[in-house]
Amino acid sequence: MNLFTAINEGMRTAMQTDPTAITFGEDVAFGGVFRCSVGLREEFGADRVFNTPLCEQGIAGFGIGYAAMGGTAIAEIQFADYIFPAFDQLVNEAAKFRYRSGNQWNCGGLTVRTPCGAVGHGGHYHSQSPEAYFTHTPGLKVVMPRGPVDAKGLLLASIRSPDPVIFMEPKVLYRAAVEDVPDEDYEIELGKGEIMRQGTDVTVVGWGGQLRVLEKACDLAEQNGISCELIDLKTLAPWDVEIVTESVMKTGKLVVSHEAPLTGGFAAEISSTIQEECFLSLEAPVQRVCGADTPFPLVFEKYYVPDDLKNFEAIKKVMNY
Amino acid sequence: MIRSAPLALRLSSRRLSSSISSQCSAFNGKGRLQSELCSKALTSLRGPSNRHFSSSTLHDISTVDIDSDSRIYAGDVPLPLTTDCTIFEADDIPTGKYPVFRVMDENGVIRDDAKGPQYIDPELNEEHAVKMFRTMSRLNVMDNIFLNAQRQGRISFYMSSQGEEAVHIGSASALDNKDVIFAQYRETGVLMWRGFTMSQFADQCFSNSGDLGKGRQMPVHYGSRALNFHTISSPLTTQLPQAAGAAYAMKMEAIRNGSNRAAGVTVCYFGDGAASEGDFHAAMNIAATMDAPIIFFCRNNGFAISTPVADQYRGDGIASRAKGYGMASIRVDGNDLFAVNAATARAKELALSENRPVLIETMSYRVGHHSTSDDSTRYRSTEEIKKWDNEDNPIDRFRRFCEAKGWLDEERVQTIRDEEKINVLQALESAEKKGPPALATMFDDVYKEKTPELERQEAKLLEHVAKYPERYTGPGH
Repeated sequence: MNLFTAINEGMRTAMQTDPTAITFGEDVAFGGVFRCSVGLREEFGADRVFNTPLCEQGIAGFGIGYAAMGGTAIAEIQFADYIFPAFDQLVNEAAKFRYRSGNQWNCGGLTVRTPCGAVGHGGHYHSQSPEAYFTHTPGLKVVMPRGPVDAKGLLLASIRSPDPVIFMEPKVLYRAAVEDVPDEDYEIELGKGEIMRQGTDVTVVGWGGQLRVLEKACDLAEQNGISCELIDLKTLAPWDVEIVTESVMKTGKLVVSHEAPLTGGFAAEISSTIQEECFLSLEAPVQRVCGADTPFPLVFEKYYVPDDLKNFEAIKKVMNY
Repeated sequence: MIRSAPLALRLSSRRLSSSISSQCSAFNGKGRLQSELCSKALTSLRGPSNRHFSSSTLHDISTVDIDSDSRIYAGDVPLPLTTDCTIFEADDIPTGKYPVFRVMDENGVIRDDAKGPQYIDPELNEEHAVKMFRTMSRLNVMDNIFLNAQRQGRISFYMSSQGEEAVHIGSASALDNKDVIFAQYRETGVLMWRGFTMSQFADQCFSNSGDLGKGRQMPVHYGSRALNFHTISSPLTTQLPQAAGAAYAMKMEAIRNGSNRAAGVTVCYFGDGAASEGDFHAAMNIAATMDAPIIFFCRNNGFAISTPVADQYRGDGIASRAKGYGMASIRVDGNDLFAVNAATARAKELALSENRPVLIETMSYRVGHHSTSDDSTRYRSTEEIKKWDNEDNPIDRFRRFCEAKGWLDEERVQTIRDEEKINVLQALESAEKKGPPALATMFDDVYKEKTPELERQEAKLLEHVAKYPERYTGPGH
């Protein structure tokens, strides 16, 4: 099963098990531009699976209000690049809904799904990974799966989470990634990372689509006799500090990589926390391997992205420090 | 044609210290319409002849004739009046200026030249009328005392509702607590009508341990789960698309229960300034396309902080926009409690029975400053404010009606105001004595469960505070 089908399965399971669950957004009714909602309208009806007007702030606000009345709202923003009209609703409203009311009200039933990341030809506005804007907002959870199995389990956990979740789907994986996804209803706990590959020399941390790049980089490193411990954070807010600190205590070296621009990116948060928590264990400066601080450049994509070679170089650098 | 009451009749019992009235005013003095221009206004509501109400005709006119067939509201534009409580379908909105529905004139007299009386509940009795009067008075008294408390530095900030009391009580009294409220911030009377207590208001404004919001938001950001009133946030208009989603949730709940009628209507209040935000468009359009049973309730009070409606829009106010959204709408005299009540009741029935949105625009005037951080005399004259407060005060309008019925007299009005004053002062005093919420609650409710990082930050903060107790502990944190 590929990733878009896993997402579709996750939504189907959520809607089968929760009569209040609705799925909506631009072009959702016919199945969505990435086919994630295909067949849902036929199964659950036009009241529960529907198109909205082309208006991201409307989608987000509508979802917040629906969730505030106790319903489960699964909203789709067609591209993460277009989430910014909804930024106010997500940052000022969804994130603070519980806190500002003294826990009288909440919109925890809201999940905002949105495709993110580079895809080879997306240019400025079909390539961005804006996770760091949302990890900077207390009250929101931010999740990004690395493949189909995680996508279904993390999506179900997000939809059922009592807090609003921004669920970012690496669109490069929609069709590319294929895994055996269990048919049953399962959740993967939010806020917990996973050691994908055990290692002893360097800790390598990433999330989402970047993990496929990092696996290649780790393979290159292994071929050069370097043992990498590869960690998938899965949830960026709240992120699993413990799993990274434990690994770095062991390896003494850390490389963090994401597609989004370097400055103010989430790698900076991880790097800073690790130097606070693991200062005496660190044997080399933490390396961030990220997108450049430029808008996402169409024709220069292969230069812009933090590919396996750039990560391989960073791994060697911390080894040779 | 009924003229304004002589001043002597008008305010035999002035409201207790309307704090702004010392620097205020009202009608802009451009109002008197030549009878040949206005007398046919009602009959021509649907015709292009209404266009003869051009502002150039009116600028030479010096006296106010507030009971002619048209009237000047916010924006200095004369608007035709009607005693017909028709909620216009999008395709039926009259050409020319959107008419204003009004039942009761400035003298508290029910206009009987058309359908006026039918909008007064025949069951309306003294008890209910006095309750409405009392609640408007309570709101007004609370506003004046809380404004003073802010000046004295006892609370940090306040926003009052002077001049808009009939909008609040007129609409709230047409609803019940099953109806869901999303508000902006100047709808205090709606929450008051629903049962928010004086202590709850005071506790919120003092950010004390009794505040349902746990001291986390500035004064006047009230909210009450028990009263189905969503907690107010400062960003403008964000509540509109949310309310559309809430209304849809109510509709879906009904459908799951085998009904086509939601248990309550969702009512979303906002101001004329808020209607300029993108979220206004987002909400109107999504509510219309989703057939959400909701009332969008615009309080057009003439100002967004200092910005007059002339700088806010070029169209005919807010109600006229309903046409573009395929939405039903009605425009109402906001200082007429009966008109606001009737329009809200009709809109509620339409929204619930036909599962669709209705836009209400009430026309009134913000007599008070925007907030305690604002001095509105820097952008409007005290004469203008005073004139509104004196000549078209919504509480006085309703009081005159009650007086004519024999339900109120000067003495009873005074008694009510005195009683409410005591209640407010007691609540204020008691709120002041309560301490702030415990520091440990600062990290609660960010998420349903506290995250490990929040626990770390909390422990670190408490340790730091324990190290410097003289700096951090003590009254008010």
